Amino acid sequence: MNGYEFTFCTMRCMAMPSGALFLPDLDLLCVSDLHLGKSDRIARRSGVMLPPYEVRETLQKLDTDLGITSATTVICLGDSFDDLDAAAGLRDEMRLWLTKLQAGKRWIWIEGNHDPGPIDLGGTHMQDATFGTLSFRHIATSASSEVSGHYHPKHRIAGRSRPAFLYDQERLIMPAYGAYTGGLASHAPVLRKLFQRQPIAIMTGHKAIPVPLPN
Amino acid sequence: MMTPLPSSFKDWFSRRGWHIHPHQQAMLDKASEPALMLIAPTGGGKTLAGFLPSLIELSGGTHDGLHTLYVSPLKALAADIKRNLRTPVEEMGLPIRIEDRTGDTSYTQKRRQRADPPHILLTTPESLALLTSYEDAPRIFKGLQRVIVDEIHALAESKRGDQLMLALSRLQTLAPGLRRVGLSATVEDPKAIADELAAHPDPCTIINADPGPDPDISMLVTNEKPPWTGGGAKYAIPAVLAQVKKHKTTLIFHNTRAQAEIFFHNLWLENTDDLPIGIHHGSLSREQREKVEGAMVAGDLRAIVCTGSLDLGIDWGDVDLVIQVGAPKNVKRLVQRIGRANHRYNAPSKALLVPANRFEVVECVAALEAVKAHDLDGDPKGPGPRDVLCQHILIRACAGPFDADTLFNEIKSVGSYTGLSRAGFDDCLDFCATGGYALRAYDKWKRLLQTADGNWQLRDPRAAQRIRMNIGTIQDTDTLKVRLKGNFKPLGEVEEAFAATLTPGDTFLIGGKIVRYENLKEMTVEVTRRADKAPKIATFMGTKFANSTQLSQRILRLFDQPDWPNLPGHTAEWLELQRKFSKLPEADRILVESFPHEGRHHLCAYGFAGRNAMQTLGMLMTQRMEDLGLQPLGFVATDYATLVWGLEQVHDPTPLFQAEHIRDDFETWLSGNAVMKKTFRGAATIAGLIERNLPQARKSGRQATFSSDILYDTLSKYDPDHLMLRITREEAMRGLVDFGRIEEMLARTAGRIDHVALDRVTPLSLPMFLERGRIAVAGAGQDRIIEEEAARLMQEAGVDVL
Repeated sequence: MNGYEFTFCTMRCMAMPSGALFLPDLDLLCVSDLHLGKSDRIARRSGVMLPPYEVRETLQKLDTDLGITSATTVICLGDSFDDLDAAAGLRDEMRLWLTKLQAGKRWIWIEGNHDPGPIDLGGTHMQDATFGTLSFRHIATSASSEVSGHYHPKHRIAGRSRPAFLYDQERLIMPAYGAYTGGLASHAPVLRKLFQRQPIAIMTGHKAIPVPLPN
Repeated sequence: MMTPLPSSFKDWFSRRGWHIHPHQQAMLDKASEPALMLIAPTGGGKTLAGFLPSLIELSGGTHDGLHTLYVSPLKALAADIKRNLRTPVEEMGLPIRIEDRTGDTSYTQKRRQRADPPHILLTTPESLALLTSYEDAPRIFKGLQRVIVDEIHALAESKRGDQLMLALSRLQTLAPGLRRVGLSATVEDPKAIADELAAHPDPCTIINADPGPDPDISMLVTNEKPPWTGGGAKYAIPAVLAQVKKHKTTLIFHNTRAQAEIFFHNLWLENTDDLPIGIHHGSLSREQREKVEGAMVAGDLRAIVCTGSLDLGIDWGDVDLVIQVGAPKNVKRLVQRIGRANHRYNAPSKALLVPANRFEVVECVAALEAVKAHDLDGDPKGPGPRDVLCQHILIRACAGPFDADTLFNEIKSVGSYTGLSRAGFDDCLDFCATGGYALRAYDKWKRLLQTADGNWQLRDPRAAQRIRMNIGTIQDTDTLKVRLKGNFKPLGEVEEAFAATLTPGDTFLIGGKIVRYENLKEMTVEVTRRADKAPKIATFMGTKFANSTQLSQRILRLFDQPDWPNLPGHTAEWLELQRKFSKLPEADRILVESFPHEGRHHLCAYGFAGRNAMQTLGMLMTQRMEDLGLQPLGFVATDYATLVWGLEQVHDPTPLFQAEHIRDDFETWLSGNAVMKKTFRGAATIAGLIERNLPQARKSGRQATFSSDILYDTLSKYDPDHLMLRITREEAMRGLVDFGRIEEMLARTAGRIDHVALDRVTPLSLPMFLERGRIAVAGAGQDRIIEEEAARLMQEAGVDVL
């Protein structure tokens, strides 16, 4: 498999090329910023009707990753839904698929700025969560040993920009997992100031490739 | 039947010492016809010929409201015409109000114009489309009598022309007596344009003005030889300066903005006499362009280095020489550019061609021969584009509820849409209403609803604002503004892709000045004048035109000569060398050369199918090479050849050019390539699937917007028959993909391939090596190189694992 294995805050981690993070010692899969129902929200608010296939695309990706890892715990690290109406408006077919994915797993919805309230779907709704040595929340704080999302980091190398994990010894920021998500360049000041030391980017794509960020 | 000039007009003509030109009289005589097209050279009193009937009809002072609408492709042209029309109106004391309306017109002025329209309104296709989107459009256009489309040959080549003609079909309904007039430069197929202008099935009379004497055109002779490669034409600068000195005003045309910038920079380095020379191109800020335009009109400049942005008929005063730097690519455009020189009717225009390199010498000679033979080129246009139609439907919806049958009939009256089927129209209407997806997901959030009476209307009337903000068909590449640090005024724009390659300290050229890149701040490139390095070359990708089929054929015929007395000695020698070491390409065979260079294996295929088709061929060749395990790394295409490099040697190129293979590969390749994505972005933006402009620009929210490539990939995967993909495919076949010309090449060469294997670069392939626009192949070879680069950076940073 094309993941990248590394150690973060003493935990063994695997950055998957899809943008998911797998913790083999806990059988835990973490994904962030799914933004399910984004096309629905955009149509509702602007009249522009994007191809309504992003939920299908994102769930397919998640289904595949769960198949590869056989994870028993799943953390969706916030902004899982583009807004609460989008969560409520999920098509039956997709709702069913999600329920199937949840079956037999511990499933945690961390709340994000897009989906601050509880949703009418299986799983536990939490503000943040702690597993092993790591704490999981949507937006990075000053706490250490933290995994967060929110910023949709991307990194550019050799002229190609791809969603990327960013991490140093203190924190790890997840790339957005959803199909319809843009990104913020890894050199953006708002991202860089979260890191004390020179962070490493793990680029997603066909293969997870680590690369140091320029100073 | 001759219509006499009213006496006040006759007096005015004689006071100025003028006689009415025969074509002006003809336009007057036929003024009542539903459609007229005038073909006249620049300086032939074309504008007056167009406006004369309007001025006469309005001279009685009895017409209330809008009488004549003038549409031109350039805002500057509208302003220019306003100035020129003022002379007859003021001198004859005509009771006529003339105003312009473009993107630059103030909000208050625009509101007033809607409430109280002038007699003559000068505008652009986009501003007109916007006007038709208002609910009060019927009132604004009620009394409209005439519409004058200026530079119609330029508009007809693009989607702007289609949008304009759709808007005219609306106006025809609102003002049934509307007469249409087109003003055109010399074109190869006047009837095609006339058919687009007239409301189907009205006839359109074509009036030809005296084309004047043939232009005096030649190749600039220099002491210095043109270089083997490159597009700078730096060698010719002393000779160009000598010509500028000899003439009053010179226009120096370039094919791309980057070339114009570099040439301008180099020109000033050698301009020891400090001749006043300016630069003008589409990426410079408006202020900068206006400054140059003003100086030009005032006669303060001896020369302007420019691009196509100066192509259109603005009156630049006394231009007595046109210099074309770089091969002209297209004979028609060359002839139109030459027409820019010498506005005195019946005096020959003077023009010089400056080839930038040895190959362009051949191209220039071929173009000169074509001009002498009056052999203009052009490709027939396809049917009316459906993305523009989708936008038209949305614009119609903004103006209020509409009946689909009525709208369909209106659209069918537009020349390029006469062949549109009802099913084709319904597809577009469905796309506008529901998104047109196989998965009917938007029942609740439709954009258009059908009401009980069968009419269509916007679900949310507030959507009109967003639709209006996105009117237009001009595809601007993603550009970023460039400004001096601490200075508000922008210097101009660079492409986002170029900005992404900059690191602080890098230098580049803009407006002829070297600037130093400092940082990127809120989507603006901040620079300083602290330039201490030679400029990085690339600034803009610009539009690269493909050599026309006709010109390519002429070049091949030229190659076929036993010797070349018609070429300068250095170029003839170069072709001799090519003939000696390899072969010269022939019209009915594909020449393929292979040789090693700098540790990579190279393959150069001469197909002469034009830049876009040769680029597509490059994609197809590299895909097949990837399948064959030849690990191609990249390629570059020019109008005549494709050069591929890779890690493995190609011993037998025949499989790469088999027609069936190429067609099969094309099918699979089409779905996943960058050109298609680019074409998709264009079509989807025009059709209203992607919004260029949002109500409040969200500055911080870069992570909220995502690439249109994602939409393309998703649609290809889940809804491959979607209208947008069908449109994308059709366009790409004609435009950037240009598979039509690959087919033409395959038919012409019928599998006859000459493979020449050599141990070094051949004379004819040499220019390929400095060609810009190299494309990397995203295959196994590329992955290997990314990984190697990442590993090297990791090692350099001394990090293995944290």
